[in-house]
This record gives sequence, C-alpha cells and structure tokens, in this order.
Amino acid sequence: MIEIDKITKLYGSTCAVDAVSLTAETGTITAIVGTSGSGKTTLLRMINRLVEPSSGEVRINGEPTHAVKPHLLRRRIGYAIQGHGLFPHHTVARNIGAVPELLGWPREKIAARVDELLELFGMEPAEFRERLPLELSGGQQQRVGVARALASRPDLLLMDEPFGALDPIIRTRAQEDLRAIQRKLGSTIMLVTHDMDEAIRLGDRIAVMDGGELVQYGPPEEIVAQPATSFVADMVGDAERPMRLLSLIPVSALLEPGTAEGAPLPAEATLREALSACLWTGREAIPVETEGTPAGRVTLAAIRARAERHA
Amino acid sequence: MLWDCAPTSSVIAGGLALGAGLALGIPAGAPLRRLGGSLLGLAGLILLLVQGASAQLEGAGDLARVSPAAGAWCLLLVLMLLMADALSQLRPGPRARAGLLALLLAALAGLLWSGVLSDLSVMQEFASRKAAFRTAALRHVALAFGSLGAAALIGFPLGILCHRNASLRGATLPVLSFLQTIPSLAMFGIMIPILGWIAATYPAAQALGIAGIGFAPAFLALVLYSLLPVVANTVTGLAATPPAAIEAARGMGMTGMQRLWKVELPLAMPVILAGLRIVLVQNIGLAVIAGLIGGGGFGSFVFQGLNQTATDLILLGALPTVVMALVAAIVMDILVDLTRRIPERQP
Repeated sequence: MIEIDKITKLYGSTCAVDAVSLTAETGTITAIVGTSGSGKTTLLRMINRLVEPSSGEVRINGEPTHAVKPHLLRRRIGYAIQGHGLFPHHTVARNIGAVPELLGWPREKIAARVDELLELFGMEPAEFRERLPLELSGGQQQRVGVARALASRPDLLLMDEPFGALDPIIRTRAQEDLRAIQRKLGSTIMLVTHDMDEAIRLGDRIAVMDGGELVQYGPPEEIVAQPATSFVADMVGDAERPMRLLSLIPVSALLEPGTAEGAPLPAEATLREALSACLWTGREAIPVETEGTPAGRVTLAAIRARAERHA
Repeated sequence: MLWDCAPTSSVIAGGLALGAGLALGIPAGAPLRRLGGSLLGLAGLILLLVQGASAQLEGAGDLARVSPAAGAWCLLLVLMLLMADALSQLRPGPRARAGLLALLLAALAGLLWSGVLSDLSVMQEFASRKAAFRTAALRHVALAFGSLGAAALIGFPLGILCHRNASLRGATLPVLSFLQTIPSLAMFGIMIPILGWIAATYPAAQALGIAGIGFAPAFLALVLYSLLPVVANTVTGLAATPPAAIEAARGMGMTGMQRLWKVELPLAMPVILAGLRIVLVQNIGLAVIAGLIGGGGFGSFVFQGLNQTATDLILLGALPTVVMALVAAIVMDILVDLTRRIPERQP
C-alpha cells in the first residue's frame, strides 16, 4: 500500500504540489492525470525522492520514504520514463539487469531474470539479449524500458508518460500489454499521463491534478460520470463522456438471451465496441459469444438505456 | 637528368614503375586501383633513390653528399596523398587500419635497417649522430607523451568538476583558452624567467631538476597547452550524455559516482579520446620548439640545422617528428573508433 500524506512542494513562493493526499492499494494501477504544469510529474518524482518534498510524507507499506537513503529507496522502486532512457552503450540484457546489478545479485540470477522478463514481454531472449537499444524499434525500446523498471521485483513501479513517444497504434498495444503484465505480476503502478483515454484504459483509480491540487480521486466510472469540478469535466470532455463510460463496461454486463444477425463480439468486448458495431452495420442487436460459442446478444436499446443511467 | 642519375636498367625499371603508378593512381573512381598505383609508384621512386644515390657517389670522394631534390620530394608527397585518399575512400575498420599501419611501419623499418638508403645524406647525418639521435628520440617521446599524461591527470578531474559545476566551468575554460592563444615561442620564452626564478629561490625545486632552461620549462609549457583540449573535450563529452539516460540512472538508484563511471564516462569516451588525439599530435609538433630552450628532442637537430643552414640536419629532426605525429594520429583514431560502443548506423 502506498500512502501519500499531505505532500507539498514549494519552489520559492510558487506551490507546485499543494498538500496532496492519496492512498493506492497494492496490486492496482493509479493514473495521475493533468495538464502540463499541474504538478503531476512533481508528485510522482517526490515518491522516489528525485524531488525532495517540502513537507508531508510518503509511506510504502507503512515505511516512510524519508527513513531510507534516496539512492537505496530508488533501487526498490521501478522507474520508467518517456523516451525509455535506456543506456545506449549497454546491451538489452545489461540494461534490464541494471538494478539487480546495483543490488549485487549474482550473475546467473540476473541472467535468468533478464530472460524471464524478455519472454514476458514477448521478445525472444536469444535474439534480443545482446542487441543495443539503437537496434530495436520504438515499441521494443519502450518494452525494454518497462522490463528494466520491473527487473528487481520492486514494491512499486513509477511511470512518467511511458508511452508518450510511441505512435498511436503501438501505444494501444503497449497499454494492453502493460495491463496484462500488471495483472499477471500483481504489480503496484503509479502512472503519470496527460491523456484521459490512457488513464481510463489503464487506471484502477484516477487522480486528477490541477494547479498543484488533487481535484478528484476515484475509479474511472466515477471520474467520467460525476466529475467533481469543471476542470475534470473538461479533461473527460462533454462530447466524449458517453463513449468513455461505455468503454468501461463489458458487453457481458448487458448480455441477454436470444440471437442476432451478423458478426459476433466476444464477451470481453466493451459496450463502446458493441455500439460502434450497431451503428456501423445498422443492426439493432449484436450476437455475443464466449470462447467461440454463442452466449446471447446485446441490444442497441439496452446500450442506450445504460448510457442514460450515467453512473 | 633522370636518365643519367642511375644505371640505365634501374632508370628504365624505376621510371616505368613510377609512370605506371601515377597513371593508375591519378584517375579518380577506383580506390583499390589508386592504392595499387601509389604503392607501385613508391616502389619505383625508392628504387630510383637507392640506385641513384650509390651511382652518383661512385668515385666522388668521401665528403660528397647526395640528397633527393625537390622533384623527388614532390613525387613522394603526391604518392602519399594518393595512398591516403585511396585509404580514406576504402574505409577500413579499426583493426584493418591497425594492420595496415603495422605493415607500413615494418616496411619503413626494413628499408632503413637494410642500409639501402644509407648513401642518402640524411642517413649519413644519422649515421654520424646515432647516439644523439637515440637520446633526442627518447626525449621527444618523453616530452610529448609525458606532457599528455600530466595533462590528462590534471584535465580529467578538472573536466569532470567543470561538468558538475557551472561556475567553475565559467572560470576555468576562458583561462585555458587564453593560455592556448599564447604563441608557442613566447610560451617557451615566458617559462625561462618564471622557472629560473623558482629554481633560484627554492633550492629544493632546483634539486628536482627545475631550471629556467631544459626539460622542465618545455614540459610545463606543453602541459599548459594541453589542458584546454583535454578539459574542453571532457566537458563536451560529458554534456552530450542523453538526458533521459541520466534521468533513468538517477531514478534507478545509481549514486553520483556510479552514474559517472557506468553511464557518463563510457558515453563521453570517444570525445575525450579525440581531445587526447589533438593534444598528442599538437605536442609532438610543439616539442620541436622545446629544442630552442634546451629541452632536447628532435628540435635540437632542427635548430642546429637552421643555424648552420644544413638542410639534412633539419630533415633529420623534422622527418621523424612527422612520422611520429602521423602514427600517433592514426593510432588515436583507431582507439576512438574502438571505444565508440554505440554504432553510428541507424536501425
């Protein structure tokens, strides 16, 4: 559990982060969203003390971070940044093994961990281990950057716009991979982004920052349906709201018995995809199947009723 | 005239080789052909030199001297330029270049040791000054490499401190740039009163061999000249480390020293070595001027030769200096390439 307790950062007389408190449960993703200058990155960097807080404290599993030397604290916290920050002169294996090396793991244990992570990220170890970062594609570099941050099995993974440098198609893929890996490993992640879509897609909880203050903290459904301030509403976007809400609900939630014409959707698909399919193909209902066998259908009328309920 | 400088058979063979070499080497386009042409031409030129020198001296008495005239030197220059151009177009890798250099040096050494050139006047000057030449060579190496070592010893830490501390950088670099602008003759001159005074005031300094003239002032002047390239390249190299890599290094818990050793210095190494290359080549050349204040080295031959208008003596000092500088430049370039761990090609 990560507890941020009334943490503040002052630069002279300007307040970059103003008494922010929030608690993130172990094994969840917390997305910190805000415009540039909202203090979201400063908040993140105060957690691993790349920025020293002016007041307040952060506790990781109950232990205050100021009780540990900064560089020792950082070795326990994964850190992945925009533009990956890989060491250009080290191979993929040395990059991933960087923190275990700092922690003094034995060589064989590091090598085994590197291979394990490469496999987890869908990169054939024998093929990629000895490559230099320049010899990888943008998406691969980003994956190696995240793998490096996870290498020592940290208590917490901090990510600062980790997908910012990727093109949209690769970014969506990278977000799905991160979500899958996080579920598999049960990692605790705090992620900074300016992109509300990314926050909704990845966050178990979303923290919205504005002018150094935490203006709303809650699950994505709540942020979309009940924005606490006009700023949050702007971030969500009025026109986008119904779509964002529907994108959070799986079709299985509105599954009803019956059949329908046309191509089926899997049960894990979202209502947004179902609505899309209805509009595009002019159907009133879409068949749903689980693992290839028909499971029922979802109707346009039900989707509409669900969107009208807001929450 | 070319045809009576040597026995007819040698003139024909050497002249043909030289002509064919130039004909092959001068047209642009095929670097391998140009390389072959330059080697053929060099072989012809050397044959003419060897055969010509002994032929000219035949029956000419003990005091007679033969030296290559302007034409021979020009041909040598043209052929060397052709070879250098061909090699730069062929772009051999660092290991291939090291092999080529070793081969060329071995050929040069073989040519000198075999004694076929011993009739040339430069070689006769060498023969009569063997011991002095050896001393001068050692002294020249000591001046050039010793000052490089001392400059590196002072310059690296200073460069690292300058990189970390902007105000120190602002104070240091202008001073070093100013030192660099002092003309070399003046710099060696300034050393005489300063070190002379130190030696006169502190007997301990004198006991260490510090004096107004000789090795110490020459060495010190060279060190001062070397500091700017060493410090400036260290600062530039460290500053070029990608900011994201530094941020990541900090974020993963590297200490300042670990960041320096594992990330910043390895990435800066090619630029730092490029600075050392500048210093080394510069110092090998400047060390000649040390001869003027009794610092020894090949410069002593050059200045003796200048005083006596003895061209051969000047060449005895100048030629080895040029060879040493060229070899140092090539070796340092090879080292720079070997430390470049990031390939320059893009994926």
